[in-house]
Amino acid sequence: MSAPLPTAQQHPPVTPAAADGAADDQAMPGKRVRLAVDRPMRLDSGVEIGGFQIAYQTYGTLNADKSNAIFICHALTGDHFVVEKHPVTGKPGWWEMLVGPGKPVDTDRYFVICSNVLGGCLGSTGPKDLDPATGQPYGLSFPIVTIGDMVRAQKLLVDHLGIEKLFCVIGGSMGGMQVLQWAVAYPESVFAAVPIATAARHSAQNIAFHEVGRQAIMADPNWRGGNYLLEGTRPEAGLAVARMAAHITYLSETALHRKFGRNLQDRKAITYGFDADFQVESYLRYQGAAFVERFDANSYLYITRAMDYFDLAADAGGSLANAFRPGGRTTPVRFCLASFSSDWLFPTSESRAIVHALNAVAANVSFVEIETDKGHDAFLLDEPEFHQVIHGFLEGCAEHRGLSVRRRAR
Amino acid sequence: MVDIRDDLKLIAEMVEANSRVLDVGCGDGALLDYLSHAKNVDGRGIELSMDGVRQCVAHGLSVIQGDAETDLKDYPAEAFDYVILGQTLQAMKQPRDVLEMLCRIGRRAIVSVPNFGYWRVRMQLMLTGRMPVTEKLGYQWWETPNIHFCTLRDFVVLTEEMGITIEQTRIIDRAGRVTSRAHSGFANLLGEQGVFLLRRNG
Repeated sequence: MSAPLPTAQQHPPVTPAAADGAADDQAMPGKRVRLAVDRPMRLDSGVEIGGFQIAYQTYGTLNADKSNAIFICHALTGDHFVVEKHPVTGKPGWWEMLVGPGKPVDTDRYFVICSNVLGGCLGSTGPKDLDPATGQPYGLSFPIVTIGDMVRAQKLLVDHLGIEKLFCVIGGSMGGMQVLQWAVAYPESVFAAVPIATAARHSAQNIAFHEVGRQAIMADPNWRGGNYLLEGTRPEAGLAVARMAAHITYLSETALHRKFGRNLQDRKAITYGFDADFQVESYLRYQGAAFVERFDANSYLYITRAMDYFDLAADAGGSLANAFRPGGRTTPVRFCLASFSSDWLFPTSESRAIVHALNAVAANVSFVEIETDKGHDAFLLDEPEFHQVIHGFLEGCAEHRGLSVRRRAR
Repeated sequence: MVDIRDDLKLIAEMVEANSRVLDVGCGDGALLDYLSHAKNVDGRGIELSMDGVRQCVAHGLSVIQGDAETDLKDYPAEAFDYVILGQTLQAMKQPRDVLEMLCRIGRRAIVSVPNFGYWRVRMQLMLTGRMPVTEKLGYQWWETPNIHFCTLRDFVVLTEEMGITIEQTRIIDRAGRVTSRAHSGFANLLGEQGVFLLRRNG
């Protein structure tokens, strides 16, 4: 997802990225662990994968009975640097609005964990890593991963940390899909779930947008059939176009109009050419160029695919309600869903469909649609009402979980 | 402990401790909050207004934004011990269908209705020849959300037709005092509203 919209004039200069792809993993801050070493993990595709690396970060302190852990699931292009300066971009953490000392996800009270997804490119094993069998980067020989596989890997990490039951799993967009997956796959290991601006399945329109992005990458001659690392090229143009197209879907028409309108970029009149005459063009080009510095093109293919394949109801015999009825009993997980009124990528109707399924099993659920014109990205931005809701929900859950309650007037 | 409206207190008295409760049209969650603390109920709510929902969830209550007429149908039968509908039946497009659903998804339903047969209402209509506007029903006819008024007698007749048993009745006056514990022609005249504990027959 994106950072808050900067004005076109404030774009920092884009420096050429290092030729070897994203930054060196091992030099990055954060923690790493090798999982499924003794027994390989079986992916949804049937392929088995063992000894993969998961990069993660933790904030706060785990309490004595290990009951205060909150797992954050990041979105498509997110990572585990939730509340710290990003090692590649130098920007603030992507969820500092919501997470941190005194914030709704209070790192003074909760032990917060976030891991880079399996298939990602910021430290967890993904297509840019070396295949031990060949000694060369996986590229397209990396197995297809699903949201279910990502969560399976996260569960192994949580087991590794000795935590039996997470107090809460929270995330937006693709992170929200993972939250739902957690609640459905491991209902006894999750006390509360907060899926934000998400859906129980990826819509045809969203698959279509992802396909545009993937085709842009594959159409870049530097992609080389996915072997660009081996051949020393970088499909920057394709990846940038993919990011530009996707970026539009994270915003709203109102937000774009408010920010840019038809304003021209550093010029008094149109130039009768194909330069970035308009501020909105310049902004998108900047977003695309900045993105290729920190993201791997093949990783983008794999992760978008994982979202496309996500369909909770299909995995539960065609009924979403069944997904929330493990062993014929109502899910014990307490849910809080939030959507944003101007989000057309994951519109409120998608959240409402999940709420209806949860009602059908009489599950414990809260649901709020937040009024905003900021589109899908609103979950990352300053939305006080949204933050109030998350704060209140977590306080209520903390009370039920027997964690010390500290109500604050906000 | 929070203090709550008189009719809500009467409703709360009908709810057994430690039960599962759905409050339909829960507003700012005052009743749910009261019930969960005073009676340790497992409480849920549905509320149409986003403001109300936000207040509820921000106070740790399990409430969804939704419309009783479209969102109640999802719940399984007898999902709750009590389903509460306070002062909103008259605002429903299909009050009979809603009543049917309340008695399906709750083992019991608790419904409070304003009484259009209340003597002040009757007097206003008779003396002024205009649609009554009272303290509790404070809308002009062209702006009121209350589109399906009934008298307490009308309500009782409907429950009989639908095969619903009224297990408890509380008729209250303008000051919120209980004037009667059973329905009668007199109660229909003196009561400003009625609170009923309902159960589907059989």
